[in-house]
Amino acid sequence: MAVSRTKTPISEQPPHERIKNFKEVCLGYTLEEGRAEASRCLQCKDAPCVPGCPVAIDIPGFILAIRDGDMPGAVKIMSRYTNLPAVCGRVCPQETQCEGVCRLGRAKNVEPVAIGKLERLVADWNYAQPTALAAEIPPVKAGRVAVIGSGPAGLTVAGDLAKLGYEVTMYEALHAPGGVLIYGIPEFRLPKFIVAKEIEAITGLGVKFEPNVVTGLTVTMQEIMRDFDACFIGVGAGAPNFQGIPGTALSGVYSASEYLTRINLMHAYEFPSYDTPVKRSRSVVVIGGGNVAMDAARSAKRLGADEVAIVYRRSLTEMPARIEEYHHAVEEGITFHWQTNPTEYTDDGSGKLRGVNCIRTELGEPDSSGRRRPVPIPGSEFFIEADTAIEAIGQGANRVLLSAFPELELNKRGYIEADPKTGATSVPGVFAGGDIVTGAATVILAMGAGKDAAAAIDEFVKSKKNK
Amino acid sequence: MFKVLSAERIAPKEYDLWVEAPRIARHARPGQFVVIRPDERGERIPLTIADFDAERGTIRIIFQAVGKTTTRMASFKKGDAIQDISGPLGRPSEIGKLGTVMMVGGGVGIAALFPIIRALSQAGSKVITVLGGRTSDLVIMKDECGRFSDELIITTDDGSEGVKGLVTDAMKTVAGRGGKIDQCWAIGPTIMMKFCAMTASELGLPIWVSMNPIMLDGTGMCGCCRLTVSGAIKFGCVDGPEFDGSLVNWDEFMSRLRQYKDEEKISMERYQEEVGDLSWL
Repeated sequence: MAVSRTKTPISEQPPHERIKNFKEVCLGYTLEEGRAEASRCLQCKDAPCVPGCPVAIDIPGFILAIRDGDMPGAVKIMSRYTNLPAVCGRVCPQETQCEGVCRLGRAKNVEPVAIGKLERLVADWNYAQPTALAAEIPPVKAGRVAVIGSGPAGLTVAGDLAKLGYEVTMYEALHAPGGVLIYGIPEFRLPKFIVAKEIEAITGLGVKFEPNVVTGLTVTMQEIMRDFDACFIGVGAGAPNFQGIPGTALSGVYSASEYLTRINLMHAYEFPSYDTPVKRSRSVVVIGGGNVAMDAARSAKRLGADEVAIVYRRSLTEMPARIEEYHHAVEEGITFHWQTNPTEYTDDGSGKLRGVNCIRTELGEPDSSGRRRPVPIPGSEFFIEADTAIEAIGQGANRVLLSAFPELELNKRGYIEADPKTGATSVPGVFAGGDIVTGAATVILAMGAGKDAAAAIDEFVKSKKNK
Repeated sequence: MFKVLSAERIAPKEYDLWVEAPRIARHARPGQFVVIRPDERGERIPLTIADFDAERGTIRIIFQAVGKTTTRMASFKKGDAIQDISGPLGRPSEIGKLGTVMMVGGGVGIAALFPIIRALSQAGSKVITVLGGRTSDLVIMKDECGRFSDELIITTDDGSEGVKGLVTDAMKTVAGRGGKIDQCWAIGPTIMMKFCAMTASELGLPIWVSMNPIMLDGTGMCGCCRLTVSGAIKFGCVDGPEFDGSLVNWDEFMSRLRQYKDEEKISMERYQEEVGDLSWL
């Protein structure tokens, strides 16, 4: 049987409908579509997709199970490697990981296997069962571990250690678990009930979740080190940068973190049924070219904005957002101003935003990041009328925990200095991973760091207990 | 969930809650605040910690019912549960034996000032306290502040108690007596703090003010609480809440406080429709 050159099509909400709601854009494969897609997999020996995955999932294994119609088998295989399959199937940059190295996709004019969409199918199938299959946990107690932060890194550590028999307490500063999965990534890309299901599966392993604990303030690191055998710090990057151009204080200027937190964590899109408001804007300018910029722009559209424009200082080629997100944004009518920098937010006279002064740029010599540095073109100034502007230009390290724990060594950029293989920090028994070590990165990289740290913590506690 | 142990109306629209929150009580220091989300669909608002008892594991919150969330909180009774309280947040006040300090409070800002007054007094500072309000019954915690003050001056707009006039008049009177004032604090409505800061500058006195911007997480994650201090962007939640009053861009700050005026009105009207009579406030 000839293998189809293209991925099995997947249904999506059409753009004109989805811009009026916050429901998920991609509707997922049916079992039949999934089996068709699974049969495209070449089942390579030493498959390149496995090392292409930061948590090294046995991809051909679970795809074979799907092809054979053995969904419980697929779940079982996947749960050995990941605690967040429904999340990863949706938000991983598969095009640069597993699917990027897929042998099928290396052939001319042939698309790789839709590994992400198949992963998601397995997870969604499992959560739709009356009783989702749970991982088994050993009855012995191996030790006590604190996990600080309940985002992708923390959840991975918590899940992995619980499966090894540890008593895990997960501390979260906000009122709900999930970190960026809850406050950052919008409902239309990652439904909150999916995140809730995955977290339920992790707390179902006996992980104790404690919300409203700002480590460093509500509990100290000294208390944690006294009460636990080891701890993992996965607090994320999460201190928004502002460009600091004139007018940043105007009403209507947001950081993407604030805009998305209001919408996602606080349900501002359901105001006044929920109490937290967000501006319902007519015309929105989003500054930045990452996934967060796409999320903010697409959220603004769904809140009813007529015009949403993304202003990015480089060009499409350099844009860090996933190409799928970019395509979705274009379909939804978001416009792009490439090689453009905002220079000032102007005041409407009452302290509210009237618009954004911009200037075109051209690409000059590569900067320290290796990307070509944008240089302003004199005389190319122009004005975009806007009642809301959202800066999505990245984050720095959040200082709350770090300043309360000066023993912890930091790197030059202000993030935690940690062994890239184990997450071990300068303080014995304290491990770290995710954005607070690497700076803002992806969900799956944070999970990969969590997986490595969990193994290292297990080793650390065992050797400590054997002394 | 955080259990309400006592709830009392201490002035028109002003409420005093003691809440079970052992971890916050154990770590709280004067000048810090909490972020509260009263219920499942509620918003997160910052409120200063008026007092704390590490042994009993309790914290005290005093607030004024101004919008939906605080009005909802005014209806909390003993035995009720508050959905979420996160804290203690922000940098604590700089406490020490500072010589003579002038402590100026207004409205529910007096509640935030009280633990600072007590700590400064216990650290050996000489404390002159000025509490002001429109009328006598709006000046709260007079006895408690008085207990830790070497001198207590009350000012009221209508002269119903103490000196008729504003707290800034009293600041000038105290400074005019000639004794050295080493540090001032002013906590109260934004407009009061602005004028206290201006008065302190005129008098050549250093002054701390405690800013109360709109917040979401309260941990430096969103930047919603940003303000301009000495020309630089600062976050109220993690760089503050206390700042040098002479360096704050007050007009910009007040403009940012008004960002959601329309939405606040919608929320309040909806809540009023839901609960009916609010004349008890």
